[in-house]
Amino acid sequence: MHDHENVREDEHPEIIAHNTRLGLMLFAVYCVMYGGFMGLSTFAPEVMKSRPFGGVNLAILYGFGLIVAAMLLAVVYLFLAKQADSADSKAA
Amino acid sequence: MNYTASNLSLAIFLVFVGIVVGISFYLGAKAKSAKGFFAAGGGVPWWVNGLAFAGDYLSAASFLGICGMIAFAGYDGFLYSIGYLAGWIVALFVIAEPMKRLGRFTFADALDNKFNSRGIKLSAAISTLVVSIFYLIPQMVGAGALIKPLLGWDHWMGVSAVGSVVIVIVATAGMVSTTWVQFIKGGLLVALCTLMTVMILNRGFDTTPGDEKTHRFQVLPVEQVLKADGITVLPEDGAWKDKPYVRVTTSDGTLQVWRKAGLDAAGVELLSETQTVAKRADGVVFKNGKPASKDNDLHPIGTVSKLPDGKEETGALGPFEFFRVFQESEIVLWKNTVIDGTTVYYQVPTKGADLLTAGGTPTLSGLRTGDWTTRIDFLSLMLALFLGTASLPHILIRYYTVKDQASARKSTIMGIAAIGFFYVLTLYLGLGAMTSGGLDPTNGNMAAPLLARSFNELLFAVISAVAFTTVLGTVSGLIMAASGAVAHDLVTNVFKMDLGEERQVKVAKMAAVVVGIIAILLGIAFEKMNVNFLVGWAFNIAASANLPSLVMLLFWKGTTKQGITVAIIVGMVVSLGWILLSAQAYKDVYGLDPATAIVPFSQPAIISVPLGFLVLVVVSKLTRKPTVATP
Repeated sequence: MHDHENVREDEHPEIIAHNTRLGLMLFAVYCVMYGGFMGLSTFAPEVMKSRPFGGVNLAILYGFGLIVAAMLLAVVYLFLAKQADSADSKAA
Repeated sequence: MNYTASNLSLAIFLVFVGIVVGISFYLGAKAKSAKGFFAAGGGVPWWVNGLAFAGDYLSAASFLGICGMIAFAGYDGFLYSIGYLAGWIVALFVIAEPMKRLGRFTFADALDNKFNSRGIKLSAAISTLVVSIFYLIPQMVGAGALIKPLLGWDHWMGVSAVGSVVIVIVATAGMVSTTWVQFIKGGLLVALCTLMTVMILNRGFDTTPGDEKTHRFQVLPVEQVLKADGITVLPEDGAWKDKPYVRVTTSDGTLQVWRKAGLDAAGVELLSETQTVAKRADGVVFKNGKPASKDNDLHPIGTVSKLPDGKEETGALGPFEFFRVFQESEIVLWKNTVIDGTTVYYQVPTKGADLLTAGGTPTLSGLRTGDWTTRIDFLSLMLALFLGTASLPHILIRYYTVKDQASARKSTIMGIAAIGFFYVLTLYLGLGAMTSGGLDPTNGNMAAPLLARSFNELLFAVISAVAFTTVLGTVSGLIMAASGAVAHDLVTNVFKMDLGEERQVKVAKMAAVVVGIIAILLGIAFEKMNVNFLVGWAFNIAASANLPSLVMLLFWKGTTKQGITVAIIVGMVVSLGWILLSAQAYKDVYGLDPATAIVPFSQPAIISVPLGFLVLVVVSKLTRKPTVATP
């Protein structure tokens, strides 16, 4: 009934725990950024109209920033997440 | 707008469809096993899967709906881009890998992995079916809206064509072919939109787009209009009383409607030209005061009326310069109103800066004035988009088509990069369309393809064909999810009919045909509905029904099977019920007065998602098995 393809990764609970913690931390970071966008747009729309640099308004800069941040955090995760066949797992 | 059925676009379209269906039949032979049908044999390369994520996700709503929303109202459409993309963070960091670990073929399997409960299987399968169908409706409506003006077919013909092609694809080869459809579509969409963005930046802004044949809308002093030769002014009576319009007939019997447009610098009263669509009692349609025909249709719209420093054109612009110039310009937006059966499309000159922050659409305009109901509605919408992505059943299925966790991770990242890049482009595409001079005032969904046409006919043909395969890809993914829910979850697991693999695949294919036919019928029935509203509907339901259970199952040991079952049902029923009692539903679905709607705002997520979590915790605690005390 259950898929046995991932048995190798299931055998390393410490890797799973590490990756889960990493994922949740990065998720929390993004929540703060996304929440900031929601908060400003809702409660301080004049701030979103301001033009901090480049002559472009914050609404656009923040919007682009959120999109780019998502991509960057995903890449960070790729590099920091552990694999089942990494040296750490062999040592464990 | 007159859309000539372009032979070129038809030819390109048929070639695309032929290739896609051809691949489907070729790969069909490889999908005999249940595993092959449902999960593409688990062996699709990660980068193909990554672009297929993009193809899956960038549906008609993304491409057509967001561009159209931005083209007609500015930044608000971009909010959807931000929210849709942010949802992938939830998918990647919270849901992706645990899901891969838990499940075999479908979302219901993943949820049920620990409990083996018929209750969970049933509620999860129903949730998958409901969300899939609600997500299918806007895609089918989008297909009809796309085909109708492009190829000259009626809405129902376009919808039936899409539905039939997809049924063939899914029923013959299942997941593998849909992966390839979506991979091709995702790659093409991103490439073509990049090309268009470069062309937009290269063209810059122009106060007189098009050529000498392009109609220039006039704003004239009152006397010049009313005292011209042969003009008869009609009295302001009936429904036209106290409205800011002046109606005149010209010497050849054309009925013109002019809108009062304030005063010019010298204090002279002005009138601005409008466009009208009216239907006479005998059924003849009048456009701009004359009977509609091939030679008489509404003129395209979308111009910059004032550029900074009084320039008439800017030449090529850099990506940030584009926004700087836009901010300082004046754009002519078009709104419409219905008076006594006549739809009047009128000019609304707007400052560019006002179009680059949230609050440009009527639904969200309250954000700029601090209206609390709008604030909650906005927060709820952003929440639904953020949580909905990871909860969509047709996205989740794709996690199983890669052979291991590392590949699943890489493919999700590839998907995020492609999708994120595309959403950055949507802002340029939407604003480019807004100022291209080629928009159809009656149809926001065609903004992106029409933008392409304002460059050249070939690009228009290709983009339209790609938009069509956009719909093909998304619809096939949804039908896969739904047929999986029926064949694998309901038949095999809930009703406990052990069919053996081959028959299971046959049942799935039959289910695909049935769901496809339902989708076609609903797509025809919902022709008039706003596409983005329906997608928001699906996101709200998905987030409310699926997310609390997924998250709590992964992170709270006290979760019980009854908790999950009840949470899914409560989340689904509450969000669906809320939406059906909202002002939007009253207005667009039932035709009732929206002011009498029962619920105070339109997006339920801010209520129904926390409710789902609460219900799950409460029911789990109540059904928790007592722990045996150990000495």
